[in-house]
Amino acid sequence: MNGKVIKERVKDYEGYAIPDGNTPLIKLEDIGMTYKIGDVSYEVLRKVNLSVNKGEFLSIMGASGSGKSTLMNIMGCLDRPTAGRYFLEGRDVSNLTSDELAEIRNKKIGFVFQGFNLIQRLSIVENVELPLYYSGMPSKEATEMAMDALKLVDLSDKGNKFPNQISGGEQQRVAIARAIVNNAPIIMADEPTGNLDSIRGAEVMKFFKKINEERGVTIILVSHDKNIANYGKRLITVKDGIITSSAIIEAKSMI
Amino acid sequence: MSKRVKFAFFLDLKSAYKTLLRNKVRSLLTILGIIIGVGSVIATVSIGQGASVAIQSSINSMGSNLLIILPGSSSLGGIHTGFGVLPTLTLGDVHAIRKLPAVKTDSGNLGMPQQVIWRGNNWSTLVMGASSTYTTIRDWPVAQGTFFNHEQVASAANVAVIGNTAATELFGLINPIGHIILIHNVPFTVIGLLSIKGFNAFGQDQDDIVVIPITTMLEKIAGTTWVHAIAVSAKSNKDTAIAQSEITALLRQRHHIPLHKPDDFFVRNISEIAQAANSSANTFTILLGSIAAVSLLVGGIGIMNIMLVSVTERTKEIGIRMAVGAKKGDILKQFLIESSVLSLFGGILGIGLGFGISSAITAFSPLKTIVTTEPIVISLIFSLCVGIFFGFYPAFKASRMNPVEALRYE
Ligand SMILES: Nc1ncnc2c1ncn2[C@@H]1O[C@H](COP(=O)(O)OP(=O)(O)O)[C@@H](O)[C@H]1O
Ligand SMILES: [Mg+2]
Repeated sequence: MNGKVIKERVKDYEGYAIPDGNTPLIKLEDIGMTYKIGDVSYEVLRKVNLSVNKGEFLSIMGASGSGKSTLMNIMGCLDRPTAGRYFLEGRDVSNLTSDELAEIRNKKIGFVFQGFNLIQRLSIVENVELPLYYSGMPSKEATEMAMDALKLVDLSDKGNKFPNQISGGEQQRVAIARAIVNNAPIIMADEPTGNLDSIRGAEVMKFFKKINEERGVTIILVSHDKNIANYGKRLITVKDGIITSSAIIEAKSMI
Repeated sequence: MSKRVKFAFFLDLKSAYKTLLRNKVRSLLTILGIIIGVGSVIATVSIGQGASVAIQSSINSMGSNLLIILPGSSSLGGIHTGFGVLPTLTLGDVHAIRKLPAVKTDSGNLGMPQQVIWRGNNWSTLVMGASSTYTTIRDWPVAQGTFFNHEQVASAANVAVIGNTAATELFGLINPIGHIILIHNVPFTVIGLLSIKGFNAFGQDQDDIVVIPITTMLEKIAGTTWVHAIAVSAKSNKDTAIAQSEITALLRQRHHIPLHKPDDFFVRNISEIAQAANSSANTFTILLGSIAAVSLLVGGIGIMNIMLVSVTERTKEIGIRMAVGAKKGDILKQFLIESSVLSLFGGILGIGLGFGISSAITAFSPLKTIVTTEPIVISLIFSLCVGIFFGFYPAFKASRMNPVEALRYE
């Protein structure tokens, strides 16, 4: 689909295999996550195996506390697994330093969280610029790219406003703009509609779908809402730290 | 600086500035220590500089190439002040010194506090016995009338030249010249009024004085032949050292001091006195400077405290920044810039305060303070260092946060 673009992005980063038809974008091998609180250990993830190909739109469902966010944080390189191996574009990232992980998050992954997570002090356009700021792009170019990203989520007129001056749905669209501004090939969205009513939620989901279909961005979506999860093309279910089912979602099953 | 670093730096600076303005009162309270510290550094140094210039100019005002001979054993190791006179220098010594080749003029001095009376007004002032060369050596001309001459000194005439303060106290608006004043019940005719000299470096009013011939002083007032001090002007700057050794040799000979015994007088030249005065002014500056340094330290701790609060309050923001790719160093830098801007801002306000204090001192006291660039630059650098030093621990703490936990913080 957009293989050529991804190839170009990938080539400057050492250690990545150029993705071909056989290399999945994300490959988890026996991933485990155990939290220790005092003397007690909580095994939140156990032997999770999962492959995600580029361009996929994967939904993860499961009850609250089943380990969805933990799994997403590991895939998003925010956290390191306590067991197993994680290959991102063919590169083993399970034992990288925190700065190396920061670099990967900056270049490869955009996050959208339930609580929007915008910095209140910064204007909308400054919030969207933030990933570019950390990748060292000159100010002018960064502002241009941020404005382009805001246009994609139909918010080009709100750039100079501040997060508390726009609605929740709009804030979440700003978060989407921030996630895609650096041309990251992957977006991780953890309950992105959790704080929105169903109309605003549907509006936000429309943009994920658009980004996935028009730009070939791989999307991994966590939700416990069946209607939201159904925007994806593939659905996995997590229960007590293991993947219990995996299914292809029929096109237009929703409407 | 690379483009990246520049961009990052300016955004950090902008954001630090915004953060500061958001909590105006808190920021101001935080940097109060720095403001006071820097303010007192600037004020203190300006006082020190002003004092040192004042000392210098009052020493210069004593005349050029000046040597002062004081009675006493040099083993005492200091300048003899106060009015008690050690009996080693005589008027004979004064006359002998005058004949030395390297010496231009001289003035044997003996000063004593005395009651001076004119028509029921009385005023306690310094009565100074001096030679006719006093005005030359002290570089202090008369404003009205004349100074006494060599003959009047030789004949121990009852004439007096009065300083401006003493004249005002005794005569008010009346012109003192020609009037008779009583000193120690001896009548003196006022023949001159000295020009205004002002305060010296030690805050003494130099115009509160009555000058009479040294001979009259010794015979009729003090009742002694011992003089308090001999002021000598060398012929030139180069001759100062020669004059100093000539005088030493002459006085040792006149006082019959055996070779193995120390001098019973000191010969001080003006640059030695200037040095002594300067070093005491420096000690004062260093002392107050260290008090200022302590208050900067306290200010630094205040900054550390507020930065720790700020880091905790902004845990979520740190998490967001980390999620979009901020490295440890980026977070560290952001908070360091913030604490530096904070303390630098304190430094700038402190400089303003220091300027205020020193101009108030100039306005309301005889001392003219002098603000130079060095303490300003040093204070700015120092407050920047305080910001970096005390901001480091909070910034370090922020940079070591776990992104997942930081994001979960509410
Ligand atoms: N840092 C942590 N320390 C201890 N337990 C944790 C930590 N993070 C998550 N957990 C636990 O792991 C489990 C899974 O959490 P999470 O992945 O957030 O679930 P979900 O997103 O599916 O609701 C929960 O029981 C939660 O309490
Ligand atoms: Mg969750």
